[in-house]
Amino acid sequence: MPEVLTYGFMVRALVAALLVGLAAPSVGVFLVQRRLSLIGDGMGHVALTGVALGLLTGTAPVPVALVVTVVAAAAVELLRRYGRTGGDVVLAVLFYGGIAGGVVLVARAGGSAATLNTYLFGAITTTTAEDLRVFAVLAAVVLVATFGLGRRLAAVSSDEEHARASGLPVMGLNLLLAVLTAVTVVLSMRVVGLLLISALMIVPVAVAQQVCRSFRSTTLLAMGVGTVTAVVGVLTSYYGDTPSGGTIVLYLIALFVLTAAGSALVRAARHRGHRRRHRLATPVGEQA
Amino acid sequence: MTTRPDRAGAVGAAPPLLRLQRAGFGYGERVVVRDVDLEVHRGERVAVLGSNGSGKTTLLRGLLGLAARTGGTVEVDGEPAPSRRSRRRTGYVPQAMTVGGGVPTTVREVVSTGRLPLRRPWVPARREDRAAVDAALEAVDMAEHAHEDVTELSGGQQRRVLIARALAAEPDLLVLDEPLAGVDAASALGLARTLAALAARDTTLLVVTHEVGPLADVVDRAVVLQHGRVVHDGPLVPELLGASDEALERLQEESRLRHQHVHHHEHETAPPPGWVSDHREHRPQPTADHPECHHPGTHHPETHRA
Repeated sequence: MPEVLTYGFMVRALVAALLVGLAAPSVGVFLVQRRLSLIGDGMGHVALTGVALGLLTGTAPVPVALVVTVVAAAAVELLRRYGRTGGDVVLAVLFYGGIAGGVVLVARAGGSAATLNTYLFGAITTTTAEDLRVFAVLAAVVLVATFGLGRRLAAVSSDEEHARASGLPVMGLNLLLAVLTAVTVVLSMRVVGLLLISALMIVPVAVAQQVCRSFRSTTLLAMGVGTVTAVVGVLTSYYGDTPSGGTIVLYLIALFVLTAAGSALVRAARHRGHRRRHRLATPVGEQA
Repeated sequence: MTTRPDRAGAVGAAPPLLRLQRAGFGYGERVVVRDVDLEVHRGERVAVLGSNGSGKTTLLRGLLGLAARTGGTVEVDGEPAPSRRSRRRTGYVPQAMTVGGGVPTTVREVVSTGRLPLRRPWVPARREDRAAVDAALEAVDMAEHAHEDVTELSGGQQRRVLIARALAAEPDLLVLDEPLAGVDAASALGLARTLAALAARDTTLLVVTHEVGPLADVVDRAVVLQHGRVVHDGPLVPELLGASDEALERLQEESRLRHQHVHHHEHETAPPPGWVSDHREHRPQPTADHPECHHPGTHHPETHRA
């Protein structure tokens, strides 16, 4: 057995990374489809207020953060639907309110910068067995919902008006997606930190969409990319003594740059090949 | 799809597929369309025409439950609409190519979403769902593109995908919003051919468009809206083919004059054909100008009193 697996905290960290790597892109793909890639960041900021509330009241931060984030997600969705404020403005208010509430409440709770950092940037190696049980349940909920109702969520994410006209329960599906986003944010905050949560939801999808043609294959590849980079990132952070969240996200960004450059080159080569075939097919006299 | 009964004979037998009675639609407190009486029978192909701001899109959105009803009634196959049932019987083809989101999606995946309202949540696609998707792709001639990314298709092809998505639900009525807008002339002709093929299969069509030209062979009846009211309901007369604002203004003016004329000679003559005054009381009759004009939903004007 590799040395790294002899430590209980590292085994828990790797399992947590595996769960988050699978679950985060499975929700993120719907956010990318809706062009709401940054909503996870907004939710992350709100989760900070939840964590601070937990610290202030002496309750476990993860469940409190879960409740606060789910309520905020539902409120944003309702405001987006019925309010007079645009979606991006609601998102901005969420960003500022969440981080301001978090900072003030953590200070009131007597928390130090170190406590704040644990949540802002992730501290996967401090995952307890109890945390892991909560994470497993949350990840299972996210995966069952995104797979069982994935086609409906995709339909609403890509054409809300058509979904409404054809009789799909648009409000319910939007609320479900908001709640799943909130759950994923809370699930991911210990692994990558609240400031980098969106990266784990969005960047694997950005990588997969460079090479895939279908929604389904994009989703599956994104989950694969998320899982592998999360696990490799945690291992790297162990051996290289780097923060796990930042390491995972840097791997993802590197993968994105590589696949984006690769697919651009392939497209350019195809285009050149197409033009060459066109020239060969055109008699010389007809070429301008 | 529906079969096409003899519409004159069908009156009184089956309710019209779509019936609006003094219907009004709008947004919030703003009423955009008012007092619309309209019947669409199975197998009819109706164009809703009007210039920008005439209320034609609001009328369509109202039928679909996307704009609020401000008065009157809407029925689909004799039942109040919009209801869950009516939504599933009405296939909607939106104007904008809104399908391409941020994630690659194949043509087949887009068309498959048309089947979702027909099955329960959590239930995966069944054999009949796949068969309906195949048939819809065939109907718009897109089967060979089924596994391509929809965002890489041309505007006309994307429009076909949206038509297939609506057809996949096997609707009784297909409602299209500006199907030819924003596509080049060649694609517009291709789309018109697709719609003509659907019409040949007795699909009931309601097409909202500002330019009926390429669809002249497809539609068999035109409803013209101006300032939120129906000013013409009858055959597609030559003046409508250009459907320029001036032509519509002229139609409205003629309609107004004839309307006055009708009221003046209320007991002496029926209103002119197609021109809406109060067609629940008056039956139209052919005239020298428009010998084929008929009452909405009536194929044989000669069967009615002349």
